[in-house]
Amino acid sequence: MSTATGLKRTPLYDEHLRAGARMVPFAGWEMPVQYEGVRQEHVAVRTAAGLFDVSHMGEVETRGPRAAAFLRHLLTNDIGKVEPGGAQYSLLCREDGGVLDDLFTYRFAPAGEDDRFLTVVNASNAESDFDWFRRQAEDFDGVEVIDRSADYAMLALQGPAALEVLARTLDSGDVPGRFHHGEATVAGRPTLLCRTGYTGEDGVELLLDPAGAPDIWRALVAAGARPAALGARDTLRLEVCYPLYGNDLSTERTPIEAGLKWACALDKDFVGAERLRAQAEQGTDELLVPFVFTGPGIPRQGCRVLSGGEEAGTVTSGTLSPCLDVGIGMAYVSARLAQPGTDLIVDVRGKERPARVSTKPLYKKGE
Amino acid sequence: MADASSAAESYPDDLLYHPEHDWARIEGEEATFGITWYAQDALGEVVFFDPPDAGTSIAAGKPYAEVESVKAVSDVIAPLSGEVTAVNEAVSETPELVNEDPYDAGWLVRVRLSDPSEKEQLLSAEDYRARLSSED
Repeated sequence: MSTATGLKRTPLYDEHLRAGARMVPFAGWEMPVQYEGVRQEHVAVRTAAGLFDVSHMGEVETRGPRAAAFLRHLLTNDIGKVEPGGAQYSLLCREDGGVLDDLFTYRFAPAGEDDRFLTVVNASNAESDFDWFRRQAEDFDGVEVIDRSADYAMLALQGPAALEVLARTLDSGDVPGRFHHGEATVAGRPTLLCRTGYTGEDGVELLLDPAGAPDIWRALVAAGARPAALGARDTLRLEVCYPLYGNDLSTERTPIEAGLKWACALDKDFVGAERLRAQAEQGTDELLVPFVFTGPGIPRQGCRVLSGGEEAGTVTSGTLSPCLDVGIGMAYVSARLAQPGTDLIVDVRGKERPARVSTKPLYKKGE
Repeated sequence: MADASSAAESYPDDLLYHPEHDWARIEGEEATFGITWYAQDALGEVVFFDPPDAGTSIAAGKPYAEVESVKAVSDVIAPLSGEVTAVNEAVSETPELVNEDPYDAGWLVRVRLSDPSEKEQLLSAEDYRARLSSED
């Protein structure tokens, strides 16, 4: 759905207004940034269950006899190692290794000779990703790439009580194992259940027909999930150091610099592999590191990082951690400063705030 | 819509207002400053207050402090000129006081005014409220 402002609305727009959401423009969509408050929503996800509307995310279907070979060529990770019913995180890179997007690919059972995959991509990149997939597919026989973004709404049910909440609304089907997916009926609606998320908590993501989204949303809220919005999604992911495209990832950065070598199958050939292999062997000038403030202040995207009075990097994400109650962030810094325990200074609008390089994740359960 | 812990919307009649959503309670040569209900609501839960030091000179219409929510930073504008004589340490310790009680416990600084006649430039509660409704 699209409005006079040119912003798209998800099928849950009215639910958001009813729940008291503050709506903001985000990647071409009118999305909730908070309901009652970022901190309350954040804590609900860490201690119980939160429900996010992530219908703005894009979905690309790749199918055909050579669909697996195509995705192995296009993506840094190796989807060939994933069985039908599995899911895998990967980067999409240019030839020079610059990151076009980070994404999750879900593998389905083959239909006849056709392998089938669904890739969930960031809303801000959905159009350009689809173009990239389609152009790359031109050199590949036996692959069809289909933009399925309009066919799916997506909800994320996250938190230690997420599966309990889900169980109250699950009519049929099983809860998939971690990084797996399966078909189920939730609140009377057929749904693809995926055991994935972006919060560091257990939970599921639900992909479904947009027409059924309000019913499922209401059923999950009635079953005990608290609506949570983009503000909390950002603080939750940052506490566990999941990168955000546009902040921590861009075409100017590679997965190796971003600390995502684990998602790069460097033993196969793929778009960007040459550069990434060279970086993996020779090292990079800068690395993305998580850090915590050791004193007051809140780091923000774009703040300069200093070391010994010299320019030493840039903050790409920053916030006040609701769980740790201290400023946290991620920054690209000179590789020599990337060791955990290294002291840094972050220049926050002219004030020098002391910070220390830490380890991922910044927030660990039970600490 | 407000945080669960927020006060109800109000603009007390005994205060003067700056259009940048700041208030002043003038008592002779001194005044207390803070941000209005509207400002704290727009910002969301305040999680950090970066105050000026006591003794700092501040100028009407210019920023003198910052308040931050999880998502955003906001400059706090001085409604009047003067010298900071006290800072609300309680807000440094518990920034959400600004949301809970923006006009009393959530005050930000006390100031010795350098030009009390500047108050002629400020808005009454009635004029400030009218301005808010015309912005909507």
